[in-house]
Amino acid sequence: MSLINYSSKEINCKIVYYGPGLGGKTTNIKYVYSKVNPESRGKLMSLDTELDRTLFFDFLPVNLGKVRGFTLHFHLYTVPGQVYYNASRKLILKGTDGLIFVADSQIERFEDNIESLENLKENLAEYGVKLGDIPLTMQYNKRDLPNIVSIEELEEVLNPRRVFFSEGVAIQGIGVFEPLKEVSKKALRRLK
Amino acid sequence: MTVSKGNHFEEEFRKIKENLEELCRDIKALAVLLIDKAGQLITTAGNTSFLDIPSFATLSAADFAATSNLADLIGEYDFTTLFHQGKEKSIYVSLISDQVILAVIFTKETTLGLVRIKVRKVSKKLEGFFDKIFADIEGEYVGMIDDDFIGEAESELDSLFE
Ligand SMILES: Nc1nc2c(ncn2[C@@H]2O[C@H](COP(=O)(O)OP(=O)(O)O)[C@@H](O)[C@H]2O)c(=O)[nH]1
Ligand SMILES: [Mg+2]
Repeated sequence: MSLINYSSKEINCKIVYYGPGLGGKTTNIKYVYSKVNPESRGKLMSLDTELDRTLFFDFLPVNLGKVRGFTLHFHLYTVPGQVYYNASRKLILKGTDGLIFVADSQIERFEDNIESLENLKENLAEYGVKLGDIPLTMQYNKRDLPNIVSIEELEEVLNPRRVFFSEGVAIQGIGVFEPLKEVSKKALRRLK
Repeated sequence: MTVSKGNHFEEEFRKIKENLEELCRDIKALAVLLIDKAGQLITTAGNTSFLDIPSFATLSAADFAATSNLADLIGEYDFTTLFHQGKEKSIYVSLISDQVILAVIFTKETTLGLVRIKVRKVSKKLEGFFDKIFADIEGEYVGMIDDDFIGEAESELDSLFE
């Protein structure tokens, strides 16, 4: 938790989309961008490589407006999935208040999900944080495709703590807001 | 999560802001920004109207983190300053109290040497303020946010993401 008190009354909440490369993280954040009232959102910033796989991250600031004099900002980030970008994944995790793990439901990506989750745990451990310490929700994405792993099996392997999950079709905006809302609320409740 | 309360650190905060404004004037910088290592803006001095601040803050933090990884690779602990030179504008970035990033945006009217000297001086001062703030901060905001507050924030969230 990166905690700094300023003289202006502000609460900043950092939410990170994690998961294997090409699982649909950027698609999630783009959908959020397209649906949120323009007055509430900042610019969607993407640092892409030429291959259109996110090199550093996507970043979207969303302003929740004022609650009792406090201005609430949500900052949404995605991490790059590729193995060799671990340095940038680690840095994006710094000070994270909530995580959404976007899993790719396709059978052939099953191992990649597990690997990415392990990588998440390792990177958090370097900050002295356990996965269970941070608000987390899951999205099992690409449910529209035919060759997918069952929800039961995904839950069994990826979600032993049984945190909130959604069945996502991020390209159609299905199951996108639910895990975001849920994790944001969890993060807010931890303010108490 | 960064939470800003208001009263308790107002004095420190005011002094920090004063120091930044003085620095900005002294070296005729366009703008000076304080950013935490997670990429959240703390405060600014000078004219930032030309700047996309959230993006600038995020990228500065990412820049610093990427550079610490570079430092790692050559067996350095950390680079404490970064300098990006442009044709018209340049950016000088340094680290305070190991936690806070100070970014100075200046034009070719100001020399790097001057920026360096003045930033070092003001960093020393700011370090004192931040060390005090960090020492006091633990548990500071406990109790300030209650169930009602969370409830109101949640309904804002519901109406935003629907
Ligand atoms: N069929 C299908 N494709 C998706 C879905 N979500 C994302 N994709 C596609 O998967 C690819 C990778 O998505 P992207 O968001 O860039 O993945 P990221 O690497 O996790 O950011 C893109 O071609 C998307 O259009 C989905 O729900 N169903
Ligand atoms: Mg991406």
